[in-house]
Amino acid sequence: MSKQLVSMTVNGKKVEKAVEPRTLLIHFLREEMNLTGAHIGCETSHCGACTVDVDGKSIKSCTHLAIQCDGSDVLTVEGLANKGTLHALQEAFYQEHGLQCGFCTPGMLMRAYRFLQDTPDPTEDQIRMGMSGNLCRCTGYQNIIKAVQSAAKKLRAQAEESVAA
Amino acid sequence: MIPPSFGYSAPRTLPEALQLMVLHGDEAKIIAGGHSLLPMMKLRFAEPAHLIDINKIPELKGIREENGLIKIGAMTTENELIDSELLQQKVPLLPEVARLIADPQVRNRGTIGGDIAHGDPGNDHPAIAIALDAAFILTGPKGQRSVAAANFFLGTYMTDMQSDEILTSIHVKPFSSKTGSAYCKLKRKTGDFATAGSAVVLEMSGGFVTSARIALTNVAPTALEAKTAAAALVGNILTESTIKAAVDAVTTICDPAEDLRGDIEYKTAMAGEMTKRAIRIAASRCK
Amino acid sequence: MNAPITESQISERQEALQGMGESRLRKEDARFVQGKGNYVDDIKLPGMLHMDIVRAPVAHARIKKINKESALAIPGVYAVLTADDLKPLKLHWMPTLAGDVQAVLADEKVHFQMQEVAVVIADDRYIAADAVEAVTVEYEELPAVVDPFKALEAGAPVLREDLAGKSEGAHGKRYHHNHIFTWDAGDKEKTDKAFASAQVTVKQDMFYPRVHPCPLETCGCVASFDPIRGELTTYMTSQAPHVVRTVVSLLSGIPESKVRIISPDIGGGFGNKVGVYPGYVCAIVASIVLGRPVKWIEDRIENISSTAFARDYHMAGELAATQDGKITGLRVNVIADHGAFDSCADPTKFPAGMFHIVSGSYDIPAAYCRVDGVYTNKAPGGVAYRCSFRVTEAVYLIERMVDVLAQKLNIDKAEIRRKNFIRKEQFPYTSPFGFEYDSGDYHTALDKVLKAVDYEGLRKEQAATRANPNSPTLMGIGLVSFTEVVGAGPSKMCDILGVGMFDSCEIRVHPTGSAIARMGTINQGQGHQTTYAQIIATELGLPSEVIQVEEGDTSTAPYGLGTYGSRSTPVAGAAVALASRKIHAKAKKIAAHLLEVSDNDLEWEIDRFKLKGDDAKFKTMKDIAWAAYHQPPAGMEPGLEAVHYYDPPNFTYPFGVYLCVVDIDKATGETKIRRFYALDDCGTRINPMIIEGQIHGGLTEGYAVAMAQQLTFDAQGNIQGNTLMDYFLPTAVEAPKWETDFTVTPSPHHPIGAKGVAESPHVGSIPTFTSAVVDAFAHLGVTHMNMPHTAYRVWQQLQESGVTA
Repeated sequence: MSKQLVSMTVNGKKVEKAVEPRTLLIHFLREEMNLTGAHIGCETSHCGACTVDVDGKSIKSCTHLAIQCDGSDVLTVEGLANKGTLHALQEAFYQEHGLQCGFCTPGMLMRAYRFLQDTPDPTEDQIRMGMSGNLCRCTGYQNIIKAVQSAAKKLRAQAEESVAA
Repeated sequence: MIPPSFGYSAPRTLPEALQLMVLHGDEAKIIAGGHSLLPMMKLRFAEPAHLIDINKIPELKGIREENGLIKIGAMTTENELIDSELLQQKVPLLPEVARLIADPQVRNRGTIGGDIAHGDPGNDHPAIAIALDAAFILTGPKGQRSVAAANFFLGTYMTDMQSDEILTSIHVKPFSSKTGSAYCKLKRKTGDFATAGSAVVLEMSGGFVTSARIALTNVAPTALEAKTAAAALVGNILTESTIKAAVDAVTTICDPAEDLRGDIEYKTAMAGEMTKRAIRIAASRCK
Repeated sequence: MNAPITESQISERQEALQGMGESRLRKEDARFVQGKGNYVDDIKLPGMLHMDIVRAPVAHARIKKINKESALAIPGVYAVLTADDLKPLKLHWMPTLAGDVQAVLADEKVHFQMQEVAVVIADDRYIAADAVEAVTVEYEELPAVVDPFKALEAGAPVLREDLAGKSEGAHGKRYHHNHIFTWDAGDKEKTDKAFASAQVTVKQDMFYPRVHPCPLETCGCVASFDPIRGELTTYMTSQAPHVVRTVVSLLSGIPESKVRIISPDIGGGFGNKVGVYPGYVCAIVASIVLGRPVKWIEDRIENISSTAFARDYHMAGELAATQDGKITGLRVNVIADHGAFDSCADPTKFPAGMFHIVSGSYDIPAAYCRVDGVYTNKAPGGVAYRCSFRVTEAVYLIERMVDVLAQKLNIDKAEIRRKNFIRKEQFPYTSPFGFEYDSGDYHTALDKVLKAVDYEGLRKEQAATRANPNSPTLMGIGLVSFTEVVGAGPSKMCDILGVGMFDSCEIRVHPTGSAIARMGTINQGQGHQTTYAQIIATELGLPSEVIQVEEGDTSTAPYGLGTYGSRSTPVAGAAVALASRKIHAKAKKIAAHLLEVSDNDLEWEIDRFKLKGDDAKFKTMKDIAWAAYHQPPAGMEPGLEAVHYYDPPNFTYPFGVYLCVVDIDKATGETKIRRFYALDDCGTRINPMIIEGQIHGGLTEGYAVAMAQQLTFDAQGNIQGNTLMDYFLPTAVEAPKWETDFTVTPSPHHPIGAKGVAESPHVGSIPTFTSAVVDAFAHLGVTHMNMPHTAYRVWQQLQESGVTA
């Protein structure tokens, strides 16, 4: 089928490309944009390794067409750090040993990023529910939960500081 | 993993969408949240030649109260149902069921309209809609019509919706202060379809059940309304024996398919158990 | 006179090393948290093409015709290859690790559903997917065999026509056309006598279902043949790149020196990525034929359905014992369902792996086990899914049998274990199967766990729950005290395709005091970049932060047998220590030279050699490194490096005690894991943080296997539950919360006393869950329930036992 033009912002940069309608967002990001952080772990929309942030929402990019992102604002794990300074979540996953093989990690980070924006002071059960769209085979989730809790605390403190300032 | 090629349109208005449906006929499918359709296309179980994306039509979104009815745009996502203060107050069963569907990411895309229109007996909203005595507003080239949820589901993947219609809105009556509801869904893990699910809406007064609606998920080729079970409760106090009568009536009408979730005996028994629990919880929520 | 060195100075220097024993953060994390990991599917080479696979929709059939034309007509499709195209290269079949052969592409016959029938190569994966749909194949279906017992019946369909007339397999005589091997161990006669004269015997059949390791990253490769240089480079999701290099060289005829296998970052292995799959072979062939790189990445459904499964053991266990519970004999018979080809990843001499660890933690005087392998119309295998070869099956068997015996004799499950444990003084202990267990202290571990959970209190609570007819739940307490055998292995016993199962390490210290080290293993999340650096840091007194660890590139890493079966720490870890010690020995000589003293006057302290009795006269390893390049002593080679190939003298025997409390919903059959307490002893602990993370992961995978994972087949051989909708991978909601504990009983034969740990939680937890679930029903006379313990299956037991909510 003939390609259509799609225009979106990815990690703050405007992008315009011609894509086949059937091009999945995950492939657009990985192949066209060379952003290989988001991964593919299944084809039935279960594993969440492909999770990115689209227009302020966590989306499984394997179940989203690139063309559906026309006019959208997309954030991937490559856009989390701020000019070389790791995001609180990235730092927390490192500190709390929330990763082993690293394959689920970008999806976990992007999901946790949006989850903490929506729920800045979550209980453990809320974190488990909030992360239930992301599978991990290595960690058993326990340290991932700790990492999210630790990042939540740090982000709340940062928010309080900037309110006070 | 890779869908076959297709053409794509993203209309901005409902009339535009309807025109595209007429133009493409059988070759086109509507894509709402896409989390039922796209996985099927990726596995090449569905191969529509053209997709009509209705995500950019504003009049399909929004939840409002109007003329004594709660009107929910068909393209309202599951997360929007959960976050709606209006629904939390007036139709709490909807946010409750939305929490039990899929996972957080899927809930950002999955819509109440898509869940209903697909006709999948495993989906949860059909039974909820039946229990709420909801009306579905279908819009076609000739205008709008309203179909009661109880009459909408005809068979597996078969609904009363015609090929030139779009489900545009779901209308439900706000709960009275005497109404309590619950949805109990037995599932193997978060995000799974129901092994069996039971939706119960009760109205109670002075300890007596004044009205009841019960509907079941995934224990038949469509969502099932359990009329006899509901009738067994009406006019009675909820005792172990009235609840048992309702549960027995539920198990009588179950017709589940055996699959990896369980055999017919198990699913039927679980439909009964979920009903029992939903009745108790719904009753406890009647003020 | 200088002030004597203080304790805080010592600990400062210790800390600066971040060596063994420290829970130091991981060196590999920086790239993973920034999405800069380098997995196979991330690799893009100029001119790269994509390969996809046409698979059989039926389990057993003759191939009548394969129609390529429509596929070849699609623009962007370069080739469609079938077995006929591989025949001239003699690559349509390939040898397996288990001495069998496996079809690379189905050769006139399909043996399992989803078997590879043809491959297409195209410009991109989208076109390749279209081309797969366009290839049409005509099949003539044959009756499928899915039951291994029926497979051995007289009139059963012949599955392996290619083995017609071959009454000898790689492991001895074949008794039936669908029989693969018979393997046994122990003393049959002595064991039969023990049973014949026993006061008590118990028997229990049990099934360990077919499951699949299902790592989050599927298998794949990028094969790149350079026609100008005649060199083949292949990036591959491989847990054993050197072995693959040797195999590829043998199969292709390209000299091993011109074959390079690179295992980059791997998204989980768990045994799934040990074998050589048809996809790899076809991608390599395609690359050679087309002279361009070819990428192949499988889908999840392909991964679950066609890559090596695990388990599928039908076991019959028996124990002989005295009236007061002392075990006098163990007898086990197993029917092993290997699917259509025996591609089991075992050391060559052991077609049933280390199953003969089945006498477990117990001092059993007479034991015998026999395993018969069988062909069926299922995917080939099996592999060691997060375990050492067949150790999950063995540990499951013995732990279940001990429970069954306890129940028969009405002896507490902890007591009967205590009574039968190998005692600390008995180590090194030779089992009735000939394993020499290196070290263990089972009694201490058991006592520690029982105390931590207040075992008596739990039993009291259980009694009260049982006595209460209104209790909505049944309560169960599961207990397992496992010993497993890892670290394959001594080359006299263990080889993969003839290559001894040693492993290796090469270390080079740079002039300015940092170092690079390479090993023959390859991690898939285990943290080798950190833990190996920690070993070297302690051995050499250089900070782990500046020790670069590389694995996985066969052109640079010394030959090793890879990472699976928990062998990295026991084997390569030993090589790391011993290579370090070679450097350490040379460094001492340099230090002596620099300080103008004799070697004997020096002692080693954390990061330096110092003169005995004079803290002021010392040379740090950093100083020595410079000297090694600057001005080594006369007659000494410059440089500071070493390589060591370690052939382990023995396996290692990690052990543990796990206890689980469950509450079963009487109405639905759902099981809630109330508590899981896991005590592990892996000997010396290199990085406690990493160990704990591994334990969490292994326990979670064990939970999945015991409670809900299974791959089943219908009568026609159609695989069921092969997507993530049905194949159970727990989310953070289902995953129980884990409590971990440890004891330390070093391995006396290992240079740093370490045993390996990451698979113990998987091996040990699975029988613990069964033990708990069965325990919930034990008062009703239930002695065993087969896995998986889904709500549905537990509910069926509730009905059978007459339990009502």
